[in-house]
Amino acid sequence: MIDIAFLAESLRALAAGLPLTLGLTGGAVALGLVLAGLAAAGRLSGIAVLDGLARLYVFVFRGTPLLVQLFLIYYGLGQFRPDLQALGLWWFFREPYWCALLALTLNTGAYTAEIIRGGVLAVPHGAVLAGRACGMSRGLLLRRIVLPLAARQALPAYGNEVISVVKATSLASTITLLDLTGIAQKLIAQSFRALEVFVCAGAFYLAINLAIIGLVRLAETILAPDLRRPRPV
Amino acid sequence: MGTLALLGFGPGGWGAALLGAAATTLLLALAGFALGLVLGGLAAAGRIAGPAPLRLLATGYTTLLRGVPDLLVIYLLYFGGSAALGGIAGWFGHAGYVGVPPFWVGAVALGLISGAYQAEVFRGAYAAVDRGQIEAARAVGMHRGLILRRVTVPLVARTALPGLGNVWQILLKDSALVSVTGLVELLRQAQVGAGSTRQPFPFYLTAGALYLAITTVSNLAFARAEARARRGLP
Amino acid sequence: MKARSILALLACLAAPVAAQAQDAVPATVRIATEGAYAPYNFTKPDGSLDGFEIELGREVCARAKLKCEFIAQDWDGTVPGLQAKKFDAIMSGMNITEARLKVIDFSKPYSIDHSGFAVDAKGPLAKLPMNGASIPLANEAEAQKALDAIKPLLKGTTIGVQVSTVNAAFLDRYLKGTAEIREYKTTEQHDLDLAAGRIDAIFANDAPLRATAEKPDFAGSIVLAGPRFLGGILGRGAAIGLRKGDTALKARLDEGIASVIEDGTLKRLSTKWFKADMTPPQG
Repeated sequence: MIDIAFLAESLRALAAGLPLTLGLTGGAVALGLVLAGLAAAGRLSGIAVLDGLARLYVFVFRGTPLLVQLFLIYYGLGQFRPDLQALGLWWFFREPYWCALLALTLNTGAYTAEIIRGGVLAVPHGAVLAGRACGMSRGLLLRRIVLPLAARQALPAYGNEVISVVKATSLASTITLLDLTGIAQKLIAQSFRALEVFVCAGAFYLAINLAIIGLVRLAETILAPDLRRPRPV
Repeated sequence: MGTLALLGFGPGGWGAALLGAAATTLLLALAGFALGLVLGGLAAAGRIAGPAPLRLLATGYTTLLRGVPDLLVIYLLYFGGSAALGGIAGWFGHAGYVGVPPFWVGAVALGLISGAYQAEVFRGAYAAVDRGQIEAARAVGMHRGLILRRVTVPLVARTALPGLGNVWQILLKDSALVSVTGLVELLRQAQVGAGSTRQPFPFYLTAGALYLAITTVSNLAFARAEARARRGLP
Repeated sequence: MKARSILALLACLAAPVAAQAQDAVPATVRIATEGAYAPYNFTKPDGSLDGFEIELGREVCARAKLKCEFIAQDWDGTVPGLQAKKFDAIMSGMNITEARLKVIDFSKPYSIDHSGFAVDAKGPLAKLPMNGASIPLANEAEAQKALDAIKPLLKGTTIGVQVSTVNAAFLDRYLKGTAEIREYKTTEQHDLDLAAGRIDAIFANDAPLRATAEKPDFAGSIVLAGPRFLGGILGRGAAIGLRKGDTALKARLDEGIASVIEDGTLKRLSTKWFKADMTPPQG
């Protein structure tokens, strides 16, 4: 009943989509983190204009479906080709890859901004006061006290967000990119065997996500040395 | 035709169609949420109190559905779901197509996805229930069923409310993925309009605005429900 | 006692299966069509279906004394939907190919069309050589000559094609490695991306390509270019897709198709919708 040869063939074909899925994930997570840092800084800056802008950005991108954002960027902006060409931006919006990366980055940036903000707000006030009492400068305080404590606090939620990005990359297949899901669709179109192909594709995603969970656990133990079991003497 | 007339309610305007599709989106998410509530409740109960095989099944379900892309789950039901149902019906001598309308294919997919998230919410909320409350109920002579009905479930529901609000938000946005099955919900309607007028930008922008309106309003509703559920608490 | 009641139950379950044997012709034959592949089939602004296949299907059903209704179904879900008994037949410009015959069955073919490129009228590909030449893929030497003629210009370009079609299979076999191939869910999407300049060419059947090139939005900006291919991996013509084993339905539909060919109705419909007689050779 179970066609091992077909499953093996599907797995091999799907593996070709792995670099794209991982590349989109890595790119969006890295760029999204930068964007989220800026947005969180804006929200915590106490400057009304920056706070408002960051608030609007987070509100819009968390309140609408990623697929709508993706179509708006890919098909929607495609309508303005002459203008984009005049601005010298068409090379970017012409490629489905850049459109997908942009949509994923903007989307995860909004979610991550809230995670960072939550982490920073959770830093105990006493720790900051203590640092200041020791005569730490603002930069040093941020680097040595606030960020490490915030990172530790935010890590579990951030791990979930990275997993969301892995899953969200599957939407890139809707604008012709051949990521894991794109290849899976192609295989089904050729073989009409949806169940087997999707089981194989699902296995890839699950493996990636389990690996991420493992990495997050590792990071947690590194960031929280006080919680580690003491080494035997 | 100007963009405003294009999206308006006059002849040739797509306003009514888009609003109708937004209603479908809302119904789709509601149906998915209700199904997810049942599935999530069962899975959480299985993980908390079930025998080993049931616990394994519930854990497998939540891990799997949270680990694979939602789009994949929807595609699987779209391509394979009705075939599986047709096969089951075939065993019972029903030769025709088992009429699963596209709406319910979408609702079942969303129910499966949100059920996995809701199970985690319920499990967390159960873990947060103060054991003292249950001991107190036992001390006044309540039996198991009564404790569950009068103490545990109300406490879990209250603690789970913010988490459920988050799942609802995720679900509303996930419902857009059902557009790939051809069901005319909000995003699909925008696609149809974009295709036939060759003006994708205003259509996707409008769809985005409608989603934003729905998520904002339901956010407020959940906030009120939370405030109500927390009456009398510090 | 227990065993006997189980047997009785099984008999009850089996009885209707026997009564509705696979081979019966359904009271209403549900025919799936994409509704987005003019002039084969398309959806009018009021939501109703029209096109060559809709008109032909009604005629064939009348001759075969079948009650038929058309159902709109996205292209990528047609074969899975047929297998799931969502409908009983497919009329959606679907060609008979060896790959498809492995999973479904077909009636006699009712039309045959060339496939080829459409490109930006002002771009370099508008000068693709052998413009309009009919190339049967069965003649390998001739096919190779045509491919060798167009490959240098296509090198490094991006070509759009609808997923799960004979046209996608053609590009996969003959132009993989020469050009980047992008697969779309609908032909409408690749038309838009060609117009937006995201892709350099689209590869599809001639009749829909001509329909696209004549649309007011695209008139003058999109043209058909290069040789037109036929047969081989592109299939033996469009036919009604059927489930394997539905032999009674197939026999009735085949009779209907034979009848519309015989009295010239097919030729009339073909000329009406395609402006050419695309009746496939019979035999």
